[in-house]
Amino acid sequence: MTNSRLYWAAMDGWTMTRRSIKHIVREKESLMMAIGLPVAIMIMFVAVFGGAIQTGTDYVNYVVPGVIITCAGFGSSIIAVSVTQDMIGGLFERLRSMPLHPSSLMVGHVIGGFVRNAIATTVVILVALLIGFQPEAGVVEWLGVIGILTLFMLSLNWLFVVFGLLVKNVETANAITFPMLFLPYVSSAFVPTETMPSWLHTFAENQPMTPLIETLRGLLLGTPIGTNLWLSIAWFGGLLIISFIVATILFKKRKTE
Amino acid sequence: MTDQVISVQGIKKRYGEHLVLDGLSFHVERGSIFALLGENGAGKTTMVRILATLIKANSGSAKIGGYDTDSESVSVKKLISLTGQYAAVDELLTGEENLQMIGRLNHLDHRTVKARTVELLEQFDLSGAAKKRVSTYSGGMRRRLDIAISLFANPEVIFLDEPTTGLDPRSRKNMWELIRKLANRGVTIFLTTQYLEEADQLADKIAVMNNGKIIETGTSEQLKSIIGKEKLELTFQDQASFDEASKVIKGQINESEKVISVETEGSTESLRRLLNTLHENQIEPVAMHFRKPTLDDVFLEITGKSTKGVSSND
Repeated sequence: MTNSRLYWAAMDGWTMTRRSIKHIVREKESLMMAIGLPVAIMIMFVAVFGGAIQTGTDYVNYVVPGVIITCAGFGSSIIAVSVTQDMIGGLFERLRSMPLHPSSLMVGHVIGGFVRNAIATTVVILVALLIGFQPEAGVVEWLGVIGILTLFMLSLNWLFVVFGLLVKNVETANAITFPMLFLPYVSSAFVPTETMPSWLHTFAENQPMTPLIETLRGLLLGTPIGTNLWLSIAWFGGLLIISFIVATILFKKRKTE
Repeated sequence: MTDQVISVQGIKKRYGEHLVLDGLSFHVERGSIFALLGENGAGKTTMVRILATLIKANSGSAKIGGYDTDSESVSVKKLISLTGQYAAVDELLTGEENLQMIGRLNHLDHRTVKARTVELLEQFDLSGAAKKRVSTYSGGMRRRLDIAISLFANPEVIFLDEPTTGLDPRSRKNMWELIRKLANRGVTIFLTTQYLEEADQLADKIAVMNNGKIIETGTSEQLKSIIGKEKLELTFQDQASFDEASKVIKGQINESEKVISVETEGSTESLRRLLNTLHENQIEPVAMHFRKPTLDDVFLEITGKSTKGVSSND
């Protein structure tokens, strides 16, 4: 009984994921934005600011991890808007009146968003290689990169589902995602944190993006990782669990309100 | 004994201080069309959402097919389908994909999903647009698709929340036709509407709702006998002629608009008599037109109070 429930929950999640993937392919503007913006930012940083920023390495190598996570942020933020649209459009209501596991719709958004993240990230890395990015990572390190990025993206996607469930209209869904998108700038993503004023430096050193970026840098370029890997796993594993729980609670709350 | 597929007893629903549903009770017979008639904000959608297991009532009980909508919601979900006020269709998918998605979510096997999709598209006259994105559909087509989707798993009870709101007159007529066809197949239909005419056209039984209460239940004939006939509205230029007219003719009076509504069977004879009476008293209305009984008249007759501030003179 439990097995068949699990089976159907997975099948429903898959059905909704297929829908989300169709959306991604058909909403060309969103996909172009999710790919184009990080690529543009990367080129701008490398070509415009790169010459003036001293990081001790080739700037393109320094900046790629930061661009990858900015890219994931842009991609994930679209989820909040999609979730809000489904609620306003009545699809949530219809699915809730059907005998299926309520999380399948959210799972569809999260996994679908992950596919968009993966496409965008791949394009960003390819463009980075074209403009001089020289990673030193071997197979194990690349697998590590994929693993930590998967954790990061899934946790961020669940967080944006929470945002989408919290708001009542698409405009607010859009606006609420902005603070998240600026977080990478106040980290070691684009410049070493030592160059920031001390209060900002303290924030930048202790916010979750910095250990994530240092981990990626370590895996891709062989710089020391130290505790950053475990810190990243703790931050984003925690975010994943909390966001998932909050999303489920919010979903049920809307049901009984 | 009749077969009650929906039975609602003393349902109350409160949002904060506001009592949205104030002790609703009614029954719906299997295979019939039941209309919940009321204005915006009367509580119709809240009642539908409780029956469709989306929200819980504060007290009272609601049963569908013998199952409680709260404690046995999974069994209820298997019997019903909900078509909300706004077409819950996916704009970026095609009509066909929309149907297939819901078919899969109903846990039907691949072949059944395919066959049923083709069948429903044909039935709802959407075969030609099957492979087009819903964003290119007209309002009427969206509604048809929406209803086709809700029929996918052959539900026993269908909830249609204001199925024709926002549709043009022709699409509305088509929708009525469709609803009648569904009823002929033995499906129970629970619809909400703001239009008296719609309830009149479709429903076997109508419950009139106002401020969270059912104020009258009956067949359309029974309700019509309460609200009376067509009305003739006479508008007067100034207060003096309005006052004068209200003395010589009997009808509903609207002071602020200087309008008197008189019941009429619509014959030229009765019209002539009415205008002659006014003429003999040297009163000439500046405008006159016929008006079909509206929901407002129903409230007026039943509660003696109008929702729009029209007052009765007797």
